[in-house]
Amino acid sequence: MDKPTHSAGINRVSEGLLDTSKPVTFIFNDRKYQGVQGDTLASALLANGQRLVGRSFKYHRPRGIITTGSEEPNALVELGVGARKEPNTRATVIELFNGLEAKSQNHKGPLSFDVMAINDRLSAFLSAGFYYKTFMWPKAFWEKLYEPIIRAAAGLGSLSGEEDPDTYDKGFLHCDLLIIGAGAAGLSAALTAGRAGQQIIIADEDFLPGGRLNLENDTIDDLSSAAWAKAAHAELQRLPNVRFMTRTTVYGAYDHGVYGAIEKRTDHLEGISDLPRQVLWRIYSKRALLAAGSTERSIAFGDNDRPGIMLAGAVRGYVNRYGVAPGKQVAIFTNNDSGWRTAHDLHQAGVQVTAVVDTRSTDAPMDIPGAYIAMDSHVVATKGRLGIQSITLSDGQMIPCDCLAVSGGWNPNVHLTCHQRGRPTWQDDIAAFVPGTDLPVGMQVIGSATGAFGLAERLQSGHAAAENVLNDAGVTFTANHAPSATSTRYSIEAFWQVPNCTGKSWIDLQNDVTSKDIKQSVQEGFKAVEHLKRYTTLGMATDQGKTANVLGLGILAEISGQSIQDTGTTIFRPPYTPVPIGAFAGRSRGKNFRPTRHTPSSQWATTHGADFVEVGMWLRAQWYALPGENHWRESVDREVTATRESVGICDVTTLGKIDIQGADAAQFLDRVYANTFSTLAIGKVRYGLMLREDGFVMDDGTTARLGDKHFVMTTTTANAVSVFRHMEFCRQCLWPDLDVHLISATEQWAQYAVAGPNARKLLSHIVDAPFDISNEGFPFMACAELNICGGTPARLFRISFSGELAFEIAVPARYGNSLMQALIDAGKPYKAVPYGTEALGVMRIEKGHAAGNELNGQTTAANLGLGRMVSTKKDCMGAVLSRRPLMNPDDPIELVGLIPIDSSFSLKAGAHFLAPDAAQILENDQGWMTSVAYSPSLQSSIGLGFITNGQQRLGETIIAADPLRGESIPVRIVSPHFVDPDGARLRV
Amino acid sequence: MRYSAFQVLKEGLTGNKGWKPAWRDPEPRQHYDVIIVGGGGHGLATAHYLAKEHGITNVAVLEKGWIGSGNIGRNTTIIRSNYMLPGNEPFYELSMKLWEGLEQDFNYNAMVSQRGIVNLYHSDAQRDAYARRGNSMRLAGADSILLDEAGIRNLCPDLDYENARFPIKGGLWQPRGGTVRHDAVAWGYARGADSRGVDIIQNCEVTGFTMDNGRCVGVDTSRGRISAGKVAVCVAGSSGRVMSMAGMRLPIESHVLQAFVSEGLKPTIPGVVTFGAGHFYISQSDKGGLVFGGDIDGYNSYAQRGNLPVVEDVCEGGMAVMPMIGRARLLRSWGGIMDMSMDGSPFIDKTAVPGLYFNGGWCYGGFKATPASGWCYAHLLATDQHHDVATKLLLDRFKTGAVVDERGAGAQPNLH
Amino acid sequence: MLIDHPLLGLRDAAEFVYLGDASLINRPDPESGSAADQFYEYLHLRSNNAGEHRELWYHEQGDRSWLVVTRNTLTHNITRVELARDVAQRNASGEPA
Repeated sequence: MDKPTHSAGINRVSEGLLDTSKPVTFIFNDRKYQGVQGDTLASALLANGQRLVGRSFKYHRPRGIITTGSEEPNALVELGVGARKEPNTRATVIELFNGLEAKSQNHKGPLSFDVMAINDRLSAFLSAGFYYKTFMWPKAFWEKLYEPIIRAAAGLGSLSGEEDPDTYDKGFLHCDLLIIGAGAAGLSAALTAGRAGQQIIIADEDFLPGGRLNLENDTIDDLSSAAWAKAAHAELQRLPNVRFMTRTTVYGAYDHGVYGAIEKRTDHLEGISDLPRQVLWRIYSKRALLAAGSTERSIAFGDNDRPGIMLAGAVRGYVNRYGVAPGKQVAIFTNNDSGWRTAHDLHQAGVQVTAVVDTRSTDAPMDIPGAYIAMDSHVVATKGRLGIQSITLSDGQMIPCDCLAVSGGWNPNVHLTCHQRGRPTWQDDIAAFVPGTDLPVGMQVIGSATGAFGLAERLQSGHAAAENVLNDAGVTFTANHAPSATSTRYSIEAFWQVPNCTGKSWIDLQNDVTSKDIKQSVQEGFKAVEHLKRYTTLGMATDQGKTANVLGLGILAEISGQSIQDTGTTIFRPPYTPVPIGAFAGRSRGKNFRPTRHTPSSQWATTHGADFVEVGMWLRAQWYALPGENHWRESVDREVTATRESVGICDVTTLGKIDIQGADAAQFLDRVYANTFSTLAIGKVRYGLMLREDGFVMDDGTTARLGDKHFVMTTTTANAVSVFRHMEFCRQCLWPDLDVHLISATEQWAQYAVAGPNARKLLSHIVDAPFDISNEGFPFMACAELNICGGTPARLFRISFSGELAFEIAVPARYGNSLMQALIDAGKPYKAVPYGTEALGVMRIEKGHAAGNELNGQTTAANLGLGRMVSTKKDCMGAVLSRRPLMNPDDPIELVGLIPIDSSFSLKAGAHFLAPDAAQILENDQGWMTSVAYSPSLQSSIGLGFITNGQQRLGETIIAADPLRGESIPVRIVSPHFVDPDGARLRV
Repeated sequence: MRYSAFQVLKEGLTGNKGWKPAWRDPEPRQHYDVIIVGGGGHGLATAHYLAKEHGITNVAVLEKGWIGSGNIGRNTTIIRSNYMLPGNEPFYELSMKLWEGLEQDFNYNAMVSQRGIVNLYHSDAQRDAYARRGNSMRLAGADSILLDEAGIRNLCPDLDYENARFPIKGGLWQPRGGTVRHDAVAWGYARGADSRGVDIIQNCEVTGFTMDNGRCVGVDTSRGRISAGKVAVCVAGSSGRVMSMAGMRLPIESHVLQAFVSEGLKPTIPGVVTFGAGHFYISQSDKGGLVFGGDIDGYNSYAQRGNLPVVEDVCEGGMAVMPMIGRARLLRSWGGIMDMSMDGSPFIDKTAVPGLYFNGGWCYGGFKATPASGWCYAHLLATDQHHDVATKLLLDRFKTGAVVDERGAGAQPNLH
Repeated sequence: MLIDHPLLGLRDAAEFVYLGDASLINRPDPESGSAADQFYEYLHLRSNNAGEHRELWYHEQGDRSWLVVTRNTLTHNITRVELARDVAQRNASGEPA
């Protein structure tokens, strides 16, 4: 036996695979400990004799480490401090580093004296499903008393409540072959395929590749199994076609060979790193080999949950890999050969084995000197409040031990084979589920994940599968042998629970599910496996039942008298192990949650006092505050007034722009618009109303005809993308014979509205001669391509959203910022103002133009007062279904204007219309207010809204009821055209 | 067996050996007055109310697998009645009222937890739409409160107020909204129905409808033919498959919706929070898991599983609104099949075939509707009249044009 | 999911926008006497197959092609991908799918 070379723990019996020259100091529950480089938090705690590490979920039972890996249900800690605190972290996968801080969780008071452990005393009343049967009386007490208590008691670790300060990255990888797991089979496969030149990714969740090769004392090619794994890793790392990813868990199998993986990058580093903490990879693979290994399970017997009771494979794993003996006197309870391997390895390492208890009635497979060997025997009870002290056997013998190694058999890790709803198959000879035949496309399973537990078989299956992949891919390679090893023996007799124990037999250690709970669940009719899970919470803990589920199923099958295959499993769902939510989000958070779209003149706007607002992905200027303006209304009122009195300029670049060309362009527009465009003259613009096929209004905008075969359409900002998509659908899928092509030009053109009585005068300063923008030369609804500012190409449209004499001028996007300045400069003589979306909104409401609040996908053309625009002379998208009877009732809702009777009141959008004196109930609801504004022109609050039979009710007084905000305002129904109803100002 | 604190005590003292099956496991009879196809939440609720409210107890609920195996067992457990349209709001408010008395009604604690639901808004237009909706709720007798940013900060202090791409400007809060322990709803209704004589028959798959002179008079099942006065289909998620056995095409597509739960955590989320600038909603279960979800994957699927882009999209929404959950880990994701209808609203109606009734099209909002759906479907089955709050949920509404399109997205199911 | 675009090869489905059943290509004749019924059925009623499903995907983050993808809704396996335009022209000329 190697002597420990330093003082890194009282239970250290050898160097294992550690670098004992590098001591590491860490803190657990405010106490300093020492471990060494290569330890996990779990191995270091065990090395220091710390058996008690946590409390269970429901009964707060003392619990210790039971595994060496990611399947750990017990040893959950809060890792780190402050905003970096990470709850529910498995000590068995935490790589030790200097300064690591961890705390046990889910206890009140010290870990060794948890006052919540009272629940354990009350457990008779807290059996499966108890909460469904009580807390119902008196009714009010549930909300006020019972539930708050249950909630406060629930949960495991706690979040910091602070923003996660770390960053996460995402990446995409492509490979010929993805190998999931770098144990015997995975490494063997990777060597074979890697040497043949395939593009390979091999990923393993551990920081030390090798899987169980590092935990066992095996020999491969005359090397220790761990040394062989190290050599294989080194060789694979040298191959340029192999990407070897350690600390990387492939957590999910998705469609068409896509796998999700999470790589831990900085979690094991001392101090705070500014590198991404973890990287979420999406791996696109042509083929995948699943070498996920297998997980040991326990046996149910009385008080089988005390700290110090561990899985047998983990006990020898700690000895072999970490040089830690989890106990000084170790007893073993097994139904298979794994327990004996543990006995053997411990004895070899000089650890005292006090007993080997085997449920099988065969001869003992080997002799363990000094140990009490009991075949055909059970452990029926254990003693030791905060850690095991002794076991009692079925023959009455009491045997002292501070560690009990239990093996109930091994379960292949079939999880990823089931992520696409495949079902595993029960295999009697190994008493375990193995992968079924319905695997994800491109996946093959190798190694002990198939249920082949012998080392030689695992190495061979990886090698053979890799050769298959190479053959299928038509790669020529030199055939070779699999690495050689002796086949390790594994035999098992299924055994689930020791009968007639006095103490509770625990199945799901984290959620405190016992064999009695399973029995009661069956007794109450919850015997479908999913019912059992949901009623008892078996397998719903943070380990998703990796160590508990099959044991629970075995007991369920035993009780209900059906086979395990017929009992079936619950569904395996991604992720294989839990993945931080932050990693799934990556960098898409905070200001980078979604891209930000700026218009070409946003720089100009920023320097001129613009206050920006999010409009979809865009940022638009909503107003431009001048010095001294303290309230947004001051700015907006000024912008409206200045525009109506002289001239204002508004950035309308965000409107969708679609360039439409082709011999059949006009015909195409006739079909996608409700109104007709084939009659539009070249050089003219027309307002267009677009319906969905179901007859409701989809969008509106203007379309200009620049040539016989050339139109330019504008859409609303919000619908720019969906309208373009819709038009491409019409073009490609409905009318593929039309000669028409579409290009989205939204981002190619910067566009500005120049509105107000002095708009033409302003523009005359920048329009290049000889272009005539007089009312005669360029009348209302004219359009043209022209040059401005001395040779800059531009498009000019005489259209108006404000109701004033107005133009929209578009230039290639790169000139946008300069054009904005040029317009302002040219407008100086007229005191031109820039105006934002708020003033735009005020003016459109004053003119009664519908916008987003009215065009919400629920309105018909008739609702908007545009019913006559739906041409009856031609077919168009939506025409047929717009005639459905109940879309055209006798009492339709119609768009109207509203003004308060008392102009000191402000209207609010979202108010509902009721008759005066009508009760505020749904039956009396007549409509609602869609948009409101303060009209500087009318010196009153005004609104638009939909109301039943509105057009026939102009002048009527109704109530705008807003119980939500405690208001009820008398309003008069008026025409929605508040300003210049005849449109005279447009045409001057 | 009646459940009570006393019973729990008594059983606890006697080793929990006296608990009886929560419901019987009967063999199917040859004939029932009503056969309900589908032992999910809605089907079991229908049976419960048929028996309890209408005295119709010669009823069978036929379930292909185990009861509660559909969407009642794989949702995000949210209840609310914050709808806008008159065709919807009174229905969901009835549901809310039934939730509020449910535990006493069926003697089962489904842990109805009314800790409130808030829908955040991030723009004036969203605020206006929520105001319209909140007022609709008020007019229908529901509770609603429009909060500004300060109000939201008070309610949910741990959201991202400082660095958000889409700043939180307020929210529509329904204090009576909340969550319910989903499986327990199925089990509670099953117990309620069973105790009144309804036969709940599991592992009994309907393989066809028995027709006689154009009338539906029963069903063929994996356990033989069973005749019935009325056959009531209630199999959301499988509506298309089942109704195709009656030769019917529906205004429904089947889509996959994923949902997610984190590891158990000490209480940290106040009620239900829904993000308004992405698709993300979250609550915390009584057990401590953060339960969250977002958009459907968007393509037709019966696979009960989804893909990564939506997982990432949902978590991006979560981190955008609530960046403190970054270090919480996603423990489990799952997928259910949604009956996505053409206007986002469900159906509770007779079909063109006499004797055959249909309940489905719940999109991803069926859980909260469970009590009212059962109540109104039972009313329809018992009286052949639509219940007052379910007069708009008709199968022919796309023909007449009387759509109930809460989102205004039109006849494209994956947009609802 | 991956879609084998006829022009661009394998692309991640996330680049596409989904519309629905490929029968939406077959817009009824608006002049027909039963246009109202035909349009109602065309737009709203779905076979909603559990199994092979022909459906429309739009390559929005790509070349803006509409595709008809034949995909199994139980397994998500894709067996055929065509340009919707080709399908539409074939349908219009009365050829079988």
